[in-house]
Amino acid sequence: MQTFAELLDRLILTPSRQGRVRILRAYLASTPDPDRGWALAAIAGDLKLPGLQAGLIRTLASTRIDPVLFSLSYDYVGDLAETVSLLWPPRPGANRTPTLSEVVTGLNTASPDERARRLEIWLDSLSVSGRFALLKLSSGRLRIGASRRLALQAAADLGTHPVEEIEEIWHGLSPPYEDLFAWLEGRAQRPGEETPAGFRPVMLAHAAAPELEPGRRLADAIDPEVYAAEWKWDGVRIQLVREKDVQRLYTRTGEDVTGAFPELMDEIGLTGRIDGELLIRGPGGEPAPFADVQKRLGRRTISTREAARRPAFIRCYDLLEHDGQDLRTLPFRSRREHLERLVPTLRRDRIDLSQLISFSGAADLDALRRQPPQPAIEGVMLKRWDSAYVAGRPMGQWFKWKRDPCLIDAVMMYAQRGHGRRSGAFSDFTFGLWTAGPEGDRLTPVGKTYFGFTDEELVRLDRHVRETTVERFGPVHSLATGPDQGLVLEVAFDAVQRSSRHRSGLAMRFPRIHRIRWDKPAGEADRLETLAAMIPATEAGTV
Amino acid sequence: MIRPEDLLHPTPVGLYCPPLDAYIDPVRSVDRAIVTHGHSDHARAGHSSVLATPETLAAMAVRYGEGFARVRQPAAYGQSVTLGETRLTLLPAGHVLGSAQVLVEHKGLRMICTGDYKRRPDPTCPPFEPVACHVLISEATFALPVFRHPEPETEIRRLLTSLAGFPERTHLVGAYAFGKAQRVIRLLRQAGYDEPIIVHGALESLNELYERFDVSLGPLERVPDARVRRSEASTLPGRIVIAPPSAMRTRWADRFADPLFAFASGWMTIRQRARAAGVELALAISDHADWTELTQTVSEINPDELWITHGRDDALARWAELEGRRARPLRLIGYEEEHGD
Ligand SMILES: [Zn+2]
Ligand SMILES: [Zn+2]
Repeated sequence: MQTFAELLDRLILTPSRQGRVRILRAYLASTPDPDRGWALAAIAGDLKLPGLQAGLIRTLASTRIDPVLFSLSYDYVGDLAETVSLLWPPRPGANRTPTLSEVVTGLNTASPDERARRLEIWLDSLSVSGRFALLKLSSGRLRIGASRRLALQAAADLGTHPVEEIEEIWHGLSPPYEDLFAWLEGRAQRPGEETPAGFRPVMLAHAAAPELEPGRRLADAIDPEVYAAEWKWDGVRIQLVREKDVQRLYTRTGEDVTGAFPELMDEIGLTGRIDGELLIRGPGGEPAPFADVQKRLGRRTISTREAARRPAFIRCYDLLEHDGQDLRTLPFRSRREHLERLVPTLRRDRIDLSQLISFSGAADLDALRRQPPQPAIEGVMLKRWDSAYVAGRPMGQWFKWKRDPCLIDAVMMYAQRGHGRRSGAFSDFTFGLWTAGPEGDRLTPVGKTYFGFTDEELVRLDRHVRETTVERFGPVHSLATGPDQGLVLEVAFDAVQRSSRHRSGLAMRFPRIHRIRWDKPAGEADRLETLAAMIPATEAGTV
Repeated sequence: MIRPEDLLHPTPVGLYCPPLDAYIDPVRSVDRAIVTHGHSDHARAGHSSVLATPETLAAMAVRYGEGFARVRQPAAYGQSVTLGETRLTLLPAGHVLGSAQVLVEHKGLRMICTGDYKRRPDPTCPPFEPVACHVLISEATFALPVFRHPEPETEIRRLLTSLAGFPERTHLVGAYAFGKAQRVIRLLRQAGYDEPIIVHGALESLNELYERFDVSLGPLERVPDARVRRSEASTLPGRIVIAPPSAMRTRWADRFADPLFAFASGWMTIRQRARAAGVELALAISDHADWTELTQTVSEINPDELWITHGRDDALARWAELEGRRARPLRLIGYEEEHGD
């Protein structure tokens, strides 16, 4: 437990992602099974423990510490686990410190009463950082600024396999992952190959800017011979897979959302893996607004009645596997042919095909993009006919060209409690975009906004802010952000222009939160360059 | 016996002693000042006369120039100064070189103002001397039960372990220029580290001051000029560089090899603070008493009344209440919460 605690301490304080990966790798290389597996699961967010209520931890603390001194301390520190870890009075001659595996099995096998008692005994035996690690672990959330992707990268670095190979099998593995380590260290075969219906990392698009790359204008590049164009639907990117009679639905990050969409789990005739947009059918049979999809996605489970009232369907645009054959290395053109043959054989109310747009050049595509035939379309997608399906965001292959150019995905950096009617709730938000820095990408604040949220959203936002606050300056909460951490806000605005008064060099007019993208990783938010490219050409030319 | 308030009472300028017509650590220019120690929020320039230990007077001269006051009144530890029926004695406080508690006696009433103090051993100054008194006026910088500082030797060992683990990186240690920097250097020497330690220019005159008072710091080197043609060695991989915290996150730090930012401060006990400050190696080394030291010192001296000056007075007052002690927060202002620590 003590080495795990030291690992957490160092991960918390190491600023660069690369540094954190190195530290975790070193820990995994030097720590024996099964402890390292539990640690990997905890950091990846895949350790399922019966979560201890915050109330229980407070109650436990109140048996040892005066409540007034406790609340003065908690006010000052701001984090419950850290407060209790620092306050817990030492008990000399306490028990032997537990190992990480003992803690995990202990928490898993104990009854709720027993759990509290065990926790107390462990707290007595551990150092400050040990207590911190224990409390973080037993509260069910580590929140240390690491992520699954970072954890898997560190594991991958133990051997020679790229991280994508681990991601492909990860969902079929379970902690403490002895089989995974054996494979990475060259002692065994790749595990989990038999696990049907795992997740495959998805391919992402770049934002189309007036210049696709330096010196190459978008308008010159858009040639129907080179690019296919499709509508960009305003839903949720998903992956539907059926393999050996197991059918699963994943989000773009590999989160299993099978339970939220039972109607898609019916027999639909698929044997393979589809990449597409999950949409909700509106009253007239056409795709409903995004908010409806979001609502469904927010629920873990749903009644059949509810599912029937607002049925989900998938508009698919790519085929990764079919009948046991991996199609990802084929060019888009051939994958598309497979897809077009497949879709008519599937259940039509559940799966349909994303239509290609016929166009002759940039000008008419631009016109179509600005005036799409349906409200649930947010622009067009451009995909090179010869593009293979590559995980991540490969350069120069796919582009998204949005209808409303005044819309960016930003990351929430600071939150402030509002005044008046909504006082107490977080309502003012500062958001930022990615820019290159000396230690890799970092966020530059670009604007501040407020938004009238629904009560449901407010509760969720409030929790998010409290859980990710790293520092407070009076009423302002500074939030933990990074490629793997942070909340993406889709921000709409009227215009953007150059400004020397703003740190970012840009000023947005009337920014407002269009919607919250709970589903989108912060690393996929937009870059400052994307916002700069939205400056009207007339103005840009004069600078 | 006179009332304690007639011997010492809080004013916006600082603690005032009517029979001596003097202020302790006044935050504005006054006629007669008694200065507990040389940290800038306690020792200010521009008073007419300053009574302090010879070490504190020397420190003020280094920081503000020889003309920092018209009259200097040196008082060595334990050496009393009497004015009428009032006697004043400076006692070691163990905070930094020259730091003192102020003992004021008048017709049998004894009051002690601790100034900033700590109880852990410090190789750069004599230890805090607990003396019985009726009223103890205690500082409260770290008066929250979350502050239980580890042993400084443990923290120094962590620095040396990191140095061994990252020999390619410059270990840049932020430490307050007066007191903390020299203590960290002495702690490194005690831990057996004999290599030259690189020091920021802002530390040089204070280091010399310590040497003058026989605190030996071992081999020290200047930070190489950034304009000098850079070689691999000039970026100082694997070396310890000590600098004031304000220099850490500036262009000045760019000259070093992949610098690892460490910070020696009592605040580094709190992870979130360390993280927010961008510190990679948090060294919880404090020149102030932690919660245990504060409460044990009050119990040990066992005064009739506890007055609490700057810092977290609410928690210490609560503790006193639980202990059945009389306590009174003075809420003095002007002393920075995070000055020198
Ligand atoms: Zn001080
Ligand atoms: Zn002070």
